[in-house]
Amino acid sequence: MLSPAPAKSTTIEKGSSLGRDAWLRLKKNHLAMASLWFTILIILVSFFLPLVPGIPDPNTTHPDLQSMPAFSSATSMDGKEVYYLLGSDPLGRDVFSRILYGGRVSLSVGFLATFVSLTIGVIYGAVSGYLGGRIDAVMMRIVDILYALPFMIIVIILSTYVAEMGDWKPVRFLNELFGNSLWLLFLCIGAVEWLTMARIVRGQVRSLKGQEFIDAARSLGLSQSRIIFRHLIPNTLGPVIVYTTLTVPAVMRLEAILSFLGLGVQPPDASWGSLIKEGADLMASDPGLLIYPAVVFGLTLFCLNFLGDGLRDALDPKSSKD
Amino acid sequence: METARFLLSRFAQSLLALFCIITLTFFLARLAPGGPFLDEKKIPEHLVEQMKRNYGFDKPLPVQYAMYLGRLVKGDLGPSFGNKGFTVNEVIAESFPVSAMLGACGLTLALALGIPIGVFAAARRNTIVDYALMSLVTLGICVPTFVVGPLLGEIFALKLGWFDVALWENSSAWILGSVTLGLYYSTYIARLTRGSMIEVLSQDFIRTAKAKGVPPLAILFKHAFRGGITPVVAFLGPAIAGLIGGSFVVESVFGLPGLGQHFIKAATNRDYWLINGTVTVFALLILTMNFLVDVLQAWLDPRTRANR
Repeated sequence: MLSPAPAKSTTIEKGSSLGRDAWLRLKKNHLAMASLWFTILIILVSFFLPLVPGIPDPNTTHPDLQSMPAFSSATSMDGKEVYYLLGSDPLGRDVFSRILYGGRVSLSVGFLATFVSLTIGVIYGAVSGYLGGRIDAVMMRIVDILYALPFMIIVIILSTYVAEMGDWKPVRFLNELFGNSLWLLFLCIGAVEWLTMARIVRGQVRSLKGQEFIDAARSLGLSQSRIIFRHLIPNTLGPVIVYTTLTVPAVMRLEAILSFLGLGVQPPDASWGSLIKEGADLMASDPGLLIYPAVVFGLTLFCLNFLGDGLRDALDPKSSKD
Repeated sequence: METARFLLSRFAQSLLALFCIITLTFFLARLAPGGPFLDEKKIPEHLVEQMKRNYGFDKPLPVQYAMYLGRLVKGDLGPSFGNKGFTVNEVIAESFPVSAMLGACGLTLALALGIPIGVFAAARRNTIVDYALMSLVTLGICVPTFVVGPLLGEIFALKLGWFDVALWENSSAWILGSVTLGLYYSTYIARLTRGSMIEVLSQDFIRTAKAKGVPPLAILFKHAFRGGITPVVAFLGPAIAGLIGGSFVVESVFGLPGLGQHFIKAATNRDYWLINGTVTVFALLILTMNFLVDVLQAWLDPRTRANR
């Protein structure tokens, strides 16, 4: 289990920190390491490969080059040589490039929405667990009630807001800042995904609260917020990291479902979910349109899940005996 | 006595939760931008005003809320704007059985598939069988329903011709839809079952049973199963919530006329009473399920009664 580090440690000998131990354990888990590298690769490729000149624009249509097969090249009407790594869709858009740009959207929704839920969940859980008593009971009852919400439905209601809030001034400002209204989607998903995180953190804080280093901090006269943010929260990081890693794929799935239902990303923009939707509609005539984004999406989720499991084993060796 | 009190407090809590959810969705829907009368065809201003008056939308929001609650208590969910001439009660009565059947079949399949896989993998822990099963399960978690659904339709309906695509609305879509849902949730259930069975199997009373010479199968099913199944029972509550989301996707893939389709349309068109009615029905379903899970758990595992 986690043994809380002293608030300020003046290390005399180079001890083996919790993080180092965990990293060493993780390194031995080949599947988790492979997943880690693949995740990093996917992130780098989706965010930086589109910057390379020569990668076609994902939204440029070529009416004369519709539904090209993969690994083919052709000359478009304006005499340019176009190479299709993964073929083109019925509008002549480059599928490879659309998958890259779709990955940007899916991954950023995954990470940013997780970040939103992480922030809310950790603060809520830590405050509730630290204060305890009546306040804790009420705060956790609220979480219980929210658990009973059909959260998919709430996200759908919220995401229909996204389409119509463009006229509202603060929203328009943020739209311009981010380039589109996707940030609202991050907020919506993050706003419903924090519950489990809050429960985990609360449990951790409650068990940490009774330990000596918190008594020490309190007897030094530190303020409550300082104790919560500087001493309690850092010590809950292990389980939080694990759960965060598992939240990212869950959020990405949620975004994909929304986009699949036509509520998330709006055309011509793409996310992996909306690409899979387009592919599913045209599966009979052009299976590649479904298969390529589905494989990339599935592989990413697969890796994130394995990474989460690996991190759990690494950070919490007790549970990994089996 | 203890159990009765525990269940009573749970019941009260469910009622409170239902009230909060109804209130929350009422304001969530009503405060949303746009409205049900913003059609593509321009309706004259005075007609819109009159319609608003007819539906009571000209009154202050708290009054509307009170009126809404008053109707709700009588079981009247109001008219549907999107489905002209239908009340929300009628829309839900027509489409909810479709979703409910789909969810029930999916869940049954998930349990029938997931629990044996989990138990089997736990019994053969850290063998090639276990690894193979668990890799398959993790793969299943990562292939979303909206990929599996179209693929199943393509393979079994179009390629193999086992189901008739022309008769989408009859049994074929049912079966494929339930299988899509069931396969997905069976992966979660298999993982859960395996984890908790392993935990139970490593406890002392299992070792005692082994030492006594109880046959392995009897240990597995008579001693370990009851404890091992508890987390799966606890998962059924959240599973229902997940199944609702999953059934939205499956309904959209197979064109089933379920509640999900109506709900998505209602949310985009601001069909207030249909939104609220749908959420109320779903919340009722989840809360009932959670309550049943509590009852089942209290019966399966006496410790939950004392702990709460």
